[in-house]
Amino acid sequence: MTDLARSKTMGRKGIRPRDEWRVILMMLAFGVAYLVAGARMGVLALHEPEEPRIVRGDRGTDPVRGEILDRNGVLLAGNLPGWSLYADPHFVFDPEATAGQLFDILPSVPRERLTKLLTKDSRFVWIKRPITPRQRQAVLELGNPGLMFAAREVRVYPSGRLASHVLGGVKAENEGVNFAELVGNSGVELSENERLSDPSRSAEPLQLSIDSAAQMTMEEVLRAAVDYYGAKGAAGVLMDVRTGELLALASLPDFNPNLARKSFTGEAAYNPRFNRAAQGLYELGSTFKVLTTAMALELGLADPDTMLDTRTPVSYGRNRFRDHGRIRDQQSVTDVVVRSSNVGSIRLALAVGTKRFKDGLRKLGMFEAVPLELAEAQQARPRYPRNWTDLTTITASFGHGISVSPIHLAAAYATLANEGRRVTPTLIKGGNAPGEHVYSPRTSRQMMRILRQVVYRGTALRADIPGYELGGKTGTAEKFKPEGGYYHDRVISTFAGVFPTSKPRYVILVSLDEPTDPDSGKREASRTAVPVAGEVVRRVAPLLGVRPLTGAPAKRRYESIPVGLPAELDD
Amino acid sequence: MKRFGLGLGLISVIAVAVWTYHVNYRTRQAFDRISDLRSEMAAEAEAVQVLKVEWAWLNAPQRLKRLVKENNDQLGLVRLEPRRFSFVATVPFPPPEPLVPDPGVMIAQQLEKPDMAELVPSFSAPQPVARPRTQGLTQQVAWSGQ
Repeated sequence: MTDLARSKTMGRKGIRPRDEWRVILMMLAFGVAYLVAGARMGVLALHEPEEPRIVRGDRGTDPVRGEILDRNGVLLAGNLPGWSLYADPHFVFDPEATAGQLFDILPSVPRERLTKLLTKDSRFVWIKRPITPRQRQAVLELGNPGLMFAAREVRVYPSGRLASHVLGGVKAENEGVNFAELVGNSGVELSENERLSDPSRSAEPLQLSIDSAAQMTMEEVLRAAVDYYGAKGAAGVLMDVRTGELLALASLPDFNPNLARKSFTGEAAYNPRFNRAAQGLYELGSTFKVLTTAMALELGLADPDTMLDTRTPVSYGRNRFRDHGRIRDQQSVTDVVVRSSNVGSIRLALAVGTKRFKDGLRKLGMFEAVPLELAEAQQARPRYPRNWTDLTTITASFGHGISVSPIHLAAAYATLANEGRRVTPTLIKGGNAPGEHVYSPRTSRQMMRILRQVVYRGTALRADIPGYELGGKTGTAEKFKPEGGYYHDRVISTFAGVFPTSKPRYVILVSLDEPTDPDSGKREASRTAVPVAGEVVRRVAPLLGVRPLTGAPAKRRYESIPVGLPAELDD
Repeated sequence: MKRFGLGLGLISVIAVAVWTYHVNYRTRQAFDRISDLRSEMAAEAEAVQVLKVEWAWLNAPQRLKRLVKENNDQLGLVRLEPRRFSFVATVPFPPPEPLVPDPGVMIAQQLEKPDMAELVPSFSAPQPVARPRTQGLTQQVAWSGQ
């Protein structure tokens, strides 16, 4: 081998070519290792050191769920930051003792349940949601690593029971450690759920038409009335005649929307969650005579002074309908309403005719659910016989055989008072524009005069609050038995009215379920619902800015408390 | 020349490095500030929420009513009833201010009164005589009696 050949085979430094590749490979490997280490160091150097911490969601400054205000901007539903307690049983020291300590802090959770939860073979259990800040502090002081908190928004109703049926409530859905979705479960919270949970609109509160002062007054008077008359429940509606805005919508018994839904055993209609004003369907009795009369006036079949024969009872098939109390030979249309004559209103309804009568009720929306912003109201379709005969017309003329909600009736009265233009009730501030004419303005004025007469000298005498020109109609309807027929000792007594009748502004409706006047033992609306309605008007009208007429003393002076209401109301 | 260029390059590299370092840290500070402000805003929003609810709770109608009931011996509030309303026109004007006499009149009051006795006339005036009521003048009497 020559030198040249050797140098070629041995390489530059006397290494063989195979060794050279080995060195290069090693250098590459080291290079890659250094590069990786360097890059990692660089990343670490550039990366901001950050401590893990509990963040209340990345939601910015807007509330999680839109707030609900009343018409004057009073907060009815808001959000509060809260915490839910959960545990990882694997990290809980001494589950038995911890359960005891937790029971002292959270008395609402049964102790056995706590023990069972903390000894469960799981990595995650909810213990209580949500908890108060004080409870959270107490749990933190236990210092148990297995107990942890999840940030939550809690829906609160600062006014408690006020307008509970309107607001409804919320429940948590899709609940996780970092987030829980609040979903409405009844009332406005349910029907306006999309709008309230829409993140783009959560900053602007939802403003209801409810006036919290009027609402409180209504609830307060109704509560006193339920106690006094021993009623099973009550419903109250106060509606603006021009816009259909509901200023107060009360139903008793009520509930506290801040508390979780309780299970209820018994008839659904007596559940405190049941909204009697919007959901309850009742035969509202003589209050329908107003609608019958208005139809007859509208069609020109009669005017307020037309005399009707009310001596002979009306017979239809084997049914005979007669008046209660003193039978008069003939009465004017006004007196038929003022004295609440069944025979008179049947004669008017028969003159109107079944087809036109049914049509008149349909125009008032008596056959479909009220398009109110309440999920309950949208499901409450009136009940009436499928095949509508003359007999149905006869019974419907004085409010039997057709069951509607108090809101239906209030809307019908508002339509009558609003110069005959159809009023659609709403719970959102701003109201609805009046619809087409159902009655002429002339009929409306005539009916207002008749309604005023009912209060001035008729069955609703006890609601004659001086100065407010209340007009309205009473209705006492016997409740029907579930097995058929009617109870004779259980009634729904209703008063539906308008004030002031010379320039209608508000419709008021009060309905009591099974009341009895303890003084006289009577159940008629004139002794039960009427004084209650009068008291509501007397208290609410000044709040709404209605000025009383001066120099118009009532026929009977009810200076403070209308006859038949307890004195302790006047506090 | 070559060395000069090298030096210049080196200086410029150092300058750019210093500037980048600076900008880098300023950016980081700005990010810190943003996150600080965000959490501050969230905390403030939370406080606003809590205060709103608290305000609503403190002003809940039932609570106000209870407070008024408890303290009404001091407040003396009455309910707004139909008979509490009136017209502005029925409110009486305040009574006129008492007349303060001119100082001259005050002085004149203190002067001695002149003797009024000598101003009385010394003659006696004739007393008026009643008109005799006669039958023929009834109409005239009735008229003058008006």
